[in-house]
Amino acid sequence: MVEVRLRPGIADPQGATIERALPALGFTGIAAVSVGKAFRFTVEAHSEDEAGERAEELAHRLLGNPVIEDSFVTVEVPV
Amino acid sequence: MTTRVGVVVYPGSNCEHDAVEAISNLGAAAELVWHTKTSLAGFDAVIIPGGFAHGDYLRPGAIARFSPVTGAIESFARSGGPVVGICNGFQVLTEAGLLPGALQKNRGLTFLCTTVGLRVESDGSVLTRGAVPGRVLRIPINHFEGNYTCSRATLDELRGGDRVILRYEDNPNGSVDDIAGICNETGNVVGLMPHPERACDPLLGSTDGRVLLVGLLAAAPVRR
Repeated sequence: MVEVRLRPGIADPQGATIERALPALGFTGIAAVSVGKAFRFTVEAHSEDEAGERAEELAHRLLGNPVIEDSFVTVEVPV
Repeated sequence: MTTRVGVVVYPGSNCEHDAVEAISNLGAAAELVWHTKTSLAGFDAVIIPGGFAHGDYLRPGAIARFSPVTGAIESFARSGGPVVGICNGFQVLTEAGLLPGALQKNRGLTFLCTTVGLRVESDGSVLTRGAVPGRVLRIPINHFEGNYTCSRATLDELRGGDRVILRYEDNPNGSVDDIAGICNETGNVVGLMPHPERACDPLLGSTDGRVLLVGLLAAAPVRR
C-alpha cells in the first residue's frame, strides 16, 4: 500500500475545508485535517525488500509527485 | 514555407481544435498529433493543448507524461524547438519535468471559467517575444487545478532568470507570486494556464492572444 500525502508547507484547501465544516456537523476538537491518497496493489517479488523497492520506485515515479507530495510504502506479505 | 505546428492530442484532450483553428487563422499549418506518435520530426513548433488528458486521473498530466509522444516532445524541446503547453499542457510539462513546479487545486476550490488580465512580464520566451512587457492582455482561464506552486529555490531561479513570463493582475487561483506562465532556461519551453487560442477572434471578446501565438510562430522558422 502506498500512502501519498501533501508535503508539509504545501497548501491543502481540501483538508482546510473539511476541517472548517466539522463543527457544523457536531465534531469538536479535531484539527490538522489533511487529505491524501492510498493506492493498493500486489507486487511479484522474491522478497519483502524487493517488493518494497519496486513499490518505492512506482511511488516516486508515478503515484506521488515529489514536488508537492511524500509517499509512504507499506509492504504486507500475504499469509 | 508555411510554419508547421504539431498539436498533441492525448485521450481526453479537448482544446486541440481551438488551437488548430487559431494557428490556421494566423496563416500557419496546424496538424493533430495522436499521443502514440513517437516522433515530432518535421514540425517547427509544438503545442500541448488544454483538456483532461487521461481524465486527469491520478493527477492532471501524470499519466500523459508516460505517453509515447511525450518522449518526442522532450527530444523536440532539447533540440531547441518551441513548445507551448496550454492549461492541461502546462500540467503535462511540469509532470514531465520539462518545467519546474506543479499545478495544484485552485485556492478557492472552485472551477474558474472567466477572462482575466495577464501582465506580460518578460519577452524572453518563444511565446512572449513579440509582446510588450508591462502590457496587460485579456485572456480566458478555464481550470480547477491552476494554482502554480514551487519551492522557494525554484521561485528564486525563475525570478532571477527572467522566466516568469506572465502574471495575473488579480490572482484568481492562489498561484505563488501570481504566476500565470513560465518558461525554461532557454526560453523555448513555455507553460501557461490561460488560453491564448481562445482570444484570437473578436467574436470571442478578445484578440489579445494573437500577439502570443504570432510570437510562437515567429520563433518557429529559426529551427530550419
